[in-house]
Amino acid sequence: MNKIPSSEITPESVYMSRRSFLKRAGLLAAAAAALAACKPQGAVLPPADAIPPSASGQTDELGDALTDYQDVTTYNNFYEFSLDKEAVARLSEGWITSPWSVTVGGLVNRPKTYDVDDLRRLYDEEERIYRMRCVEGWSMVIPWLGFPLSKLLKDVEPTGQARYVRFESVYDPAGLPGQRDPWFNWPYVEGLRLDEAMHDLTILSTGLYGKTLLPQNGAPLRLVVPWKYGFKSIKSIVKIELVEEMPSSLWMDAAPSEYGFYANVNPDVAHPRWSQATERRIGDLGRRDTLLFNGYEEAVASLYSGMDLRQNY
Amino acid sequence: MRLKFTRFQGLVHLAAFAPLAVLIIQAIADRLTANPIQAITQRTGQAAVIGLLLTLACTPINTITGWRAVLTVRRALGLWAGFYALLHFLTFAMLDYGLDLRQIGRAILEKPFILVGLITLLVLIPLAITSTRAAMRKMGARWKKLHRLSYLAAVLAVIHYLLAAKADFAAQPLIYGSILGLLMVLRIKPVRQWFIRRRASAATAED
Repeated sequence: MNKIPSSEITPESVYMSRRSFLKRAGLLAAAAAALAACKPQGAVLPPADAIPPSASGQTDELGDALTDYQDVTTYNNFYEFSLDKEAVARLSEGWITSPWSVTVGGLVNRPKTYDVDDLRRLYDEEERIYRMRCVEGWSMVIPWLGFPLSKLLKDVEPTGQARYVRFESVYDPAGLPGQRDPWFNWPYVEGLRLDEAMHDLTILSTGLYGKTLLPQNGAPLRLVVPWKYGFKSIKSIVKIELVEEMPSSLWMDAAPSEYGFYANVNPDVAHPRWSQATERRIGDLGRRDTLLFNGYEEAVASLYSGMDLRQNY
Repeated sequence: MRLKFTRFQGLVHLAAFAPLAVLIIQAIADRLTANPIQAITQRTGQAAVIGLLLTLACTPINTITGWRAVLTVRRALGLWAGFYALLHFLTFAMLDYGLDLRQIGRAILEKPFILVGLITLLVLIPLAITSTRAAMRKMGARWKKLHRLSYLAAVLAVIHYLLAAKADFAAQPLIYGSILGLLMVLRIKPVRQWFIRRRASAATAED
């Protein structure tokens, strides 16, 4: 696991400053000029972390730029640590995620418990540059490292009865302060229909930007389902179970009128509070239109043919 | 030259400017999170709600403690609250939605909390416009009636906040709502009179 001492993170955040935001924010331009003298100048060093963040491309397939590594690793929804997105990176620093085992079972012929390092060796890591759309109305473009979930599922051989996949996050209230919050039904649980889970776009991720996942991003193993809202992409998985009935997720239990099982990105199905018609790409000023299935419509729409997406939100 | 402000009024203005100053400094230092527009939206909105509550607290504080100076900052606090509410709205309409009227219209129709927020602003505008001494004189008794709408604005602002907050983040708006409820109770006639009588008898006892 890559542990970055806070002494090294601070200069990086200064170094990676989003100056473009200021340049375009006319409202603040005058004040910026007045206080420009106070701004830290070039004396900061690039991050000393052994492996610098890297990716095979600069954009996704739509030509949208990757989100800054700094933003991807410091703006995180991970309620097991904190409700404050900015606090997760700090609070999760040093959280031990090795060794780590994942139990794959339920309605399968070959149930097995894997060590995450073995999973990495078993299935070649590939890079997938995906958009991630949070249900709160913001989005990122992230170069994930991982492997298709279908490879793992094929190896455990789901039985004919299996129709859904249920995922469970780690439960450790001693190490995860957020899990002492009785508001939620811990541990975090998510689910996919078997055909969604077998879809080639669905991956289990072990890294991003060419580096091993940091705790705040769901180390050491997380799901990434790019055409669904981010909360479906469950983090720090310890259990994968093939089941017959549609599993209920933590969010379905917490607020059934707001979060459904499918949670496909859909600009035409509004959430009570957040606009789903538009989104703010982190690093951008202003908004952009949200795309049906987060822009993966061509690849996944057939999974839902004949379904009322308003009913099955 | 005659000093326009008392020292206390000056302090209140400084304190009311502080949230904006901190916001500007943090924006320049790029310390407004990875989602700066959201941070600006949330913090200007919070400043507006707190400002409204402080405005409404002036009279009850005077009733309970007899402290008169507090009444001299009520208007300033109200105007600052209105100013932050306006910044909050401009952040939403310009920074966030880039004055895209189609998307703004859609957002208002889709999200009850945005509609409530907009109504809150519409209630606050006439109050800000009629906050001058001249308007006060000209309107006479009607001024007082109109400015009772500040309670409506505060109620709407708290509802707006509550609807906008994630269910698990509702603590703050609930706290503001409780404070507002308490302030409203203190304005009820028998309650107010009880405090006034208590203060009067305390004053007599001291004599």
